[in-house]
Amino acid sequence: MAIELRPGSQPHVERLERVWTERPGLLGWLTTTDHKQIGLLYFFTSLAFFAAGGVEALLLRTQLIGPNQHVLTPEAYDELFTMHGITMIFLFVIPMTTGAFGNYLLPLMIGARDMAFPRMNAVSYWLFLGSGLFLYAGLFGGKAPNAGWFDYVPLASKAYTPAINIDFYGYGLIFNGISSTAGAINIIVTTFKLRAPGMSLNRMPLFCFAFLAVAFSLLFALPSLTLAAAFLELDRQLGFHFYDAASGGSPLLWQNLFWIFGHPEVYIIILPAFGIATSIIPTFVHRRMVMFPLVALAELLVAFLGFGVWAHHMFAVGLATVTTIYFAAASMIIVIPSAIQLFAWIVTILSGTPNFKTPLLWIIGFIVFFIVGGLSGITVAAIPFDQQVNASYYIVAHFHFVIFGAAVFPILGGMYYWFPKVTGRMYHEGVGKLSFWLTFIGTWATFFPMHILGIEGMPRRIFTYPAYVGWTALNALESAGAYVLAMGLVLVVANLAGSLFVGARAGRNPWRGETLEWATTSPPPPYNYAVIPTVSSAYPMWDREDRERDADRLAGGEGVLAQGHETPASTVQDADLDEVLSMPPHSVWPPIVGLIVVLMFIMLLVQHYLIAAGVAGFCALALLSWHAREPADA
Amino acid sequence: MLRKRLALSSIAACASLLLSGCGGQHSIVSPHSPQTHHIALLWWWMLAAAAVVFCGAVGLLVLAYFRRGIRGLPFFGEREDVAGGMVVLFGIAVPLVVLLALFGAANLYVIRSSAAPSPGSTQLTIDVIGHQWWWEVRYPRSNAVTANEIHVPVGTRVDVVATSADVIHSFWVPALARKIDMIPGRENHVLLYASNAGVYRGQCSEFCGTAHAYMGLKVFAEPRASFTAWLKHNAQPAVAAVGAEARAGEQLFMSSQCSSCHQIAGTPANATVGPSLTHVASRTSLAAATIANEPKELASWIANPQAIKPGDRMPDLGLSHAEVAAITAYLEELR
Repeated sequence: MAIELRPGSQPHVERLERVWTERPGLLGWLTTTDHKQIGLLYFFTSLAFFAAGGVEALLLRTQLIGPNQHVLTPEAYDELFTMHGITMIFLFVIPMTTGAFGNYLLPLMIGARDMAFPRMNAVSYWLFLGSGLFLYAGLFGGKAPNAGWFDYVPLASKAYTPAINIDFYGYGLIFNGISSTAGAINIIVTTFKLRAPGMSLNRMPLFCFAFLAVAFSLLFALPSLTLAAAFLELDRQLGFHFYDAASGGSPLLWQNLFWIFGHPEVYIIILPAFGIATSIIPTFVHRRMVMFPLVALAELLVAFLGFGVWAHHMFAVGLATVTTIYFAAASMIIVIPSAIQLFAWIVTILSGTPNFKTPLLWIIGFIVFFIVGGLSGITVAAIPFDQQVNASYYIVAHFHFVIFGAAVFPILGGMYYWFPKVTGRMYHEGVGKLSFWLTFIGTWATFFPMHILGIEGMPRRIFTYPAYVGWTALNALESAGAYVLAMGLVLVVANLAGSLFVGARAGRNPWRGETLEWATTSPPPPYNYAVIPTVSSAYPMWDREDRERDADRLAGGEGVLAQGHETPASTVQDADLDEVLSMPPHSVWPPIVGLIVVLMFIMLLVQHYLIAAGVAGFCALALLSWHAREPADA
Repeated sequence: MLRKRLALSSIAACASLLLSGCGGQHSIVSPHSPQTHHIALLWWWMLAAAAVVFCGAVGLLVLAYFRRGIRGLPFFGEREDVAGGMVVLFGIAVPLVVLLALFGAANLYVIRSSAAPSPGSTQLTIDVIGHQWWWEVRYPRSNAVTANEIHVPVGTRVDVVATSADVIHSFWVPALARKIDMIPGRENHVLLYASNAGVYRGQCSEFCGTAHAYMGLKVFAEPRASFTAWLKHNAQPAVAAVGAEARAGEQLFMSSQCSSCHQIAGTPANATVGPSLTHVASRTSLAAATIANEPKELASWIANPQAIKPGDRMPDLGLSHAEVAAITAYLEELR
């Protein structure tokens, strides 16, 4: 079954070990530029933020468990629901998908030895950590953002929220956006240029298509958010009037700018889930994806169309009817590429021989929730109905089915699926299934009744409700569901953490997975592949001859590239070998740059603009000296 | 056709009974206007179609579970063209037909009843202005100004002109009309129409700050005669205080902080920061439909508003027990 290492390979492997091994210990983590280490840093950091966002959600649900409760003050409730949204979107899902999954898996899947810009990769992590701590500093200081994650003005303007709360939001999101932009550029260049020779675009795994689509969406959507937040801070701190109706500004300008970012954002959240699903399904149903090219096209189309639907968040603001009809039509069109993918997954599962192990179960859960969330999404493309349920619990139900049920379930399934690759150990299957069912049932119980509450007229973001409106029973059910859901998630983490120590050894490819990451050892060595892999289809691990040939090439020293930190670059479309790149080694600069940028944003926050400018200059100097010290061939 | 409609509306009726078991007075599916009736019907149709799609798609997954050991599709085996055809059929063709039907029904037809009323098509105009955290209600052709309770004649097309004095709010009375956002600097129009007399609850549905949860609203739809009487009465200035305690309360009201925020027409108090109290005793609730308008509740509201509505703009004034009683007595006379 496994492919034997040929005699004569060992010297090449040893040389690679010498060239690629980084510093050990804490200093190693601080200075690493290895995409796998950075991926793990992203993983643990965003998991911690997931826990924080989860605790916030439990507090909110506890407050709502019955009418007229006073577990939380309204002020605390407002800060917590705002932080819950910001955390889950900006500090959990995006860094967990693009940062952790993308970073760790993309280079492995395309047969590369690192991301295209390893040090920028490290910088994006440190900036992400900095922006997360910056946002949470507000909460621990009792001054967290409190106008909701979409922060509508004029509530968020100086006149109505004079305290510093909103400034943590404005600067925090600009800060976070720098990190995401750098990460997106890295993903785009990596998938376009670093694919192993032979992996032409039509042989690229669907996972990579999904992440490519996400990266492009981030790159084009974030400027709008950054601009909106910059206008907000100019209004708040320097007395500009972008959003001030009394001085000729417009509160709707904020809404347009925010949702021009905010709707592509929804697809940024969900597309990695699609990518993970298209990785897990073929492995566990033992067949190739049905309609591969159509699915790849659909992934890209969803990201593209996602830019033309933003005003469907604004059907109740009093837009002209013809405008709303255009945006409703665009929103309906996006159903088609989503439905293509949905039925491609279902038909692939139906026509294969599914083995319902834990990772596939999470994908089944994902498909079920995506159907519900998709259907409720279609109902709100019916303008008059949306004008009833907009900003009610119906919407809360809809987007939690989509961005919890559909986006997070594959992340959890992916954690189980790639756990053996990352750690070299197997997780516990029985506990894995139990954790799935608890989370699945908890998700239904928490979010499904919200549809009914919305229909019953319960607005979102109310910290309490009177008894006589009849919302009590369903709210109690939802809160109970949230506790079950939390138990399921704790069990996921417990299972994986425990298996780290007691799990059975996994080997290279315990699942007979189809993509390249399963070709290397578990965990992968710092250089990923001793020999740059040969690729002749989209399912390289099912091409046994190619893998045999790789073993022969390694023994002959062909394609080993061990003269330094080397990885091949290839042409964008056909992936013909272009040149051999020399990648930079570990560096102490990325965390330093991260620290300087934190300082700059703190100075902006406390309105010491001159000091902030000084720090920005210092940051520029640091970047210059960093590059001046590069060896010519690096 | 008729039979189909009957069948559908009986399904709808059963389901709405189920739903109204847990509330009803503030519900999309107990509509009391043609507009909300259309939207509710649209909802039941969409729910039925969604249920079919859900059962079909999940049914395929269940089938996959029972065939987990068997390669290929039922009937067609390992034919990739059929597998691909299924994706095209269910992923493109069927959605296209369903979406076109929904687009026509919802966004071309039903939307006509939820669109802003065309100028001149209404018999009454009411200005509703959102405040943190209450609703100012003005009847432009009369002097009537009230708060948090809107009176309309039954069976009459009313043009609600919605705007805001501060942040964005959203005007939503689910049984009578779609919601409309109230945005500073903009005047939005929404048609308010009640087919049946009754009291309908509404609530602000755009997050507007600390007391957003306490921003309720009531619409009283009443026969035209009683509406006309109500309007006439509410256009009058307040009557002078009669009782001894009420007279003391009036003096206290005018000399204390009360009059720097509230208006009582016919008296020196003419501030517009808080709700007009000209006929406050004729209203059924206080603090934006948060508590009932009973003397005891009114007194505790005046004594300690922050305990009843945390974060509200009305501060705790530190009044003595006797002062609270006097002001309560005065306000109770403002019928």
